Amino acid sequence: MRQRWLSVLRSRRALPGIAALTLLGLATACSSEATNPQTAFNPRSDYATEGLNLFILVIILGVVIGVLVEIALIVTAIRYRRRGTNDPLPPQIHGSTIVEVLWTTAPVIIVGAILFYTLPVIFSTQAPAPSGAMDINVTGHQFWWEFGYPDAHVVTANEVHLPLGQTVNLVLQSDDVIHSFWVPALGGKRDAFPGHTNYIWLKPDSLGDFPGQCYQLCGYSHGNMREKAIIESPADFQAWLTAQQAPATTPTDPTAAEGAQLFQTRGCTACHTINGTPAQGTVGPNLTHLASRSVIAGSILQNNAEDLRKWLADPPAVKPGSIMPNLNLNDHELDVLVAYLQSLQ
Amino acid sequence: MAVVSAPLSHAGGMVVAPPSLADPAYQGLWSWVTTVDHKRIGILYGVSAGAFFVLGGLEALVIRLQLWQPDNTLVSAQMFNSLFTMHATTMIFLAIMPLGLMFFNYIIPLQIGARDVAFPRLNAFSYWTFILGGIMLNLSFLLGGAPDAGWFGYANLTTRTYSPGPGIDFWMLGLQVLGVASLAGALNFFVTIVNMRAPGLSFMRLPIFCWMSLITMILLLLAFPSITVGLLLLMFDRFFNTNFYSVPHGGDPILWQHLFWVFGHPEVYILILPAMGIVSEIIPVFSRKPLFGYAVMVYSGIAIAFLAFGVWAHHMFAVGLGPIADAVFASSTMLIAVPTGVKIFNWIGTMFKGSVAFKTPMLFAVGFISMFIIGGVTGIMHASPPADLIQHDTYFIVAHIHYVLIGGSIMALLAGVYYWFPKMSGRMLNETLGKWNFWTFIIFFNVTFMPMHWTGLLGMPRRVYTYGAELGVTTLNQISTIGAIGLAFSVLLFVVNVFTSLRYGEIASDDPWDGATLEWSIPSPPPTYNFARIPTVHSRDAWWGMKHPERLHLDPIEPTPLAGGPAHSTETAHTVVQTAPHDTTPSVIHFPSPSYWPFVCSAGLATMAVGLLLSDSFGEMTIPIFAILGLVLLIGGIYGWSYEPA
Repeated sequence: MRQRWLSVLRSRRALPGIAALTLLGLATACSSEATNPQTAFNPRSDYATEGLNLFILVIILGVVIGVLVEIALIVTAIRYRRRGTNDPLPPQIHGSTIVEVLWTTAPVIIVGAILFYTLPVIFSTQAPAPSGAMDINVTGHQFWWEFGYPDAHVVTANEVHLPLGQTVNLVLQSDDVIHSFWVPALGGKRDAFPGHTNYIWLKPDSLGDFPGQCYQLCGYSHGNMREKAIIESPADFQAWLTAQQAPATTPTDPTAAEGAQLFQTRGCTACHTINGTPAQGTVGPNLTHLASRSVIAGSILQNNAEDLRKWLADPPAVKPGSIMPNLNLNDHELDVLVAYLQSLQ
Repeated sequence: MAVVSAPLSHAGGMVVAPPSLADPAYQGLWSWVTTVDHKRIGILYGVSAGAFFVLGGLEALVIRLQLWQPDNTLVSAQMFNSLFTMHATTMIFLAIMPLGLMFFNYIIPLQIGARDVAFPRLNAFSYWTFILGGIMLNLSFLLGGAPDAGWFGYANLTTRTYSPGPGIDFWMLGLQVLGVASLAGALNFFVTIVNMRAPGLSFMRLPIFCWMSLITMILLLLAFPSITVGLLLLMFDRFFNTNFYSVPHGGDPILWQHLFWVFGHPEVYILILPAMGIVSEIIPVFSRKPLFGYAVMVYSGIAIAFLAFGVWAHHMFAVGLGPIADAVFASSTMLIAVPTGVKIFNWIGTMFKGSVAFKTPMLFAVGFISMFIIGGVTGIMHASPPADLIQHDTYFIVAHIHYVLIGGSIMALLAGVYYWFPKMSGRMLNETLGKWNFWTFIIFFNVTFMPMHWTGLLGMPRRVYTYGAELGVTTLNQISTIGAIGLAFSVLLFVVNVFTSLRYGEIASDDPWDGATLEWSIPSPPPTYNFARIPTVHSRDAWWGMKHPERLHLDPIEPTPLAGGPAHSTETAHTVVQTAPHDTTPSVIHFPSPSYWPFVCSAGLATMAVGLLLSDSFGEMTIPIFAILGLVLLIGGIYGWSYEPA
């Protein structure tokens, strides 16, 4: 038995197949979360696992069949190559009904098998969300993601916090053009449409930060529209949510206080909301607890003084097509605004 | 009527024919502008498509260079979006489709034993409309910015609110003009194949390339109206403030997606079916065997075309159409794998027990099958919606479409060029350079696109001008970029081969490959009138049967009696040919004269579109002015065309 297995391994014809499967395995194994945080092979929810298992099944079937047909093609081409100029005319075969029936039936069976495994997953993953699932509004904007927790009246941006082991229902919509929401660890993507809502519901099954981004061309900065899912323990999640519900802190530091003043007078309020202040704009991200987030500007910049300053100085230079204009802030204005924004814990 | 008399050794008669390339009095630019000869129009299509192919390839190179490293700044975000939009639009509408049209034009009449297409002047009109549409699209780079919302132009990103510049207008109107060219061409070739076949050439004897072309024409005729409607609604939205796609006013961008993909998916088969036809011609000839399962090949082509109209929403699995729609479209999509698989098996069956000669056309044809298998397999992977939601709009899809369109269409079209170049030019392409061309092409193609499967599964989206280093796909992207440069080198080899062979290539015989179809029965290049005598077809693989009449009994179709047939007279719309048993009677071949009216009509059509394009810079008055001017040209052109003496 063992020898037969070894002889299969040694046979030259099996080589391409083995090579392909090895490559696939390598790719899956190498794509660890550390080197490729956005890999599709890192499911962290029931929804992601269900989709990925099906995908892996289809990959294996596809690769095996593809390799077999490639071998048939290459072997035929080499075996029946013309060797000399005087080769006799080969038999003039026009076809064979039996063979045609056989190789029509074979693919029917294969795609039938794939459908057999596919159809239940389509229906189970698109069923209505189970009752008790927590709604999270996911809204696409050019070029950033807004996340709302309607029951808690919390609105934030760029980072979506999810409680471990609790089913959440992501309600997707768009404020402008079509976007597509995909955090690979959470599971298959879905478009965020203007005018009607889509949903994905899932139960996160491990802690950690998982990146994602927009996957539907939405304008110049489509590539800069990124997001992060933060899966935390229910206790941490609740603590975060409670903190987010509080109105913004009033700065005590004089620089930050000057920044707060400037924020109200320099046009920022037209687009941004800071709860507890007159700023109630809804075009840009809600900044009430900006300092509690780790990233800004569609997640392409870190939330530190240097990056904040860079962003405020000229948003369209950082994010082409950004709706936030260059306000021509001078150095002093930048200093105080950065101080104020950093105080919004 | 232009009349040139020349003795015709094969027919032994006199021919009345339009001026030919050999006539020194009928050369130069004007002769090309006014030509209605299907062979010249075919060459025009080939040269234009070749130029656009190089342009689209250069755009792809810049895209690859921009993605060489994370946060690269070689081009701006806006320019990058223009580049990938124009790369795809150019390759699909201005390179692959017209390369197919080169072969439809040049080869179909020769394979069916006709002297020209059914409507020669409509044919010229198609070409001029195509080239003006193509130029218009590309002028956008110079006139205010090229289109930048993707070749699929998803509403509502394309509405005036989100794309205020003129780029989308160029794209929209360019595609409308190209659509007119495609519809006119499709009608023409449909009628040509149905009506102009030589006596005895029944449908089940039709060369398989003509069959696949006929199916392509049906697809074109049924698919283009859908995008035409979609583009018209977009035009109304952009120019006249209607709200078909504008959400705040009750419009819905999903409407565009349905209209576009009802066109867009058949379009994929419009690109691949001619390629399959070419490969189905080449493999039997170089295997010295008839095509295995001819009838099944025809039926599977028809099945693919039929299913093509029932699978469009598999481009929209992420849209949220609901589980029922997803299930239905997944099923119909997977069904397409069946006729496609059958075709692949039949090609392998044709080579089986054959005597396979690996000349360059055959290398490219086998390369086509091999790459198309990979593209087909990944195709099945995203036919399963839950699996597709992992791959959708990532580089995995970029890999798939390039395996289908480069590994598939382009390799088959290159095979076709190597195969028919001797017939078209009278010279062989260089075989050594051809083999270099093939091996560099297939190797660098795989170096470019194989890594993209992984790039995509590791999370890189399509159509992003930049990516973060933390994504961990830098090395994969660099391999792809190196591959793209190699691929460009391979295309350069091809261009060099074409240009040197045109001048120094070995002189081609009439039948250099021991071909099976009628184009190989006439001189290389063919005379203007193609066939001195319209051949009578007695079997499938007509020319093979004529060369080997003793084998006719092997043909599954009952051959019509061959020898000693009576003198006959064949009448078609354009030809009156009388053939006596011993070729002593003069033949008379009647042809339409060269005409510039088709060009005038095309120019009129383009002028109407130009008014809308200029309105952005020169005010709204350009719209009516150019519309009236264009209409005058168009109606004047049609009038002149109608009253022109035949």
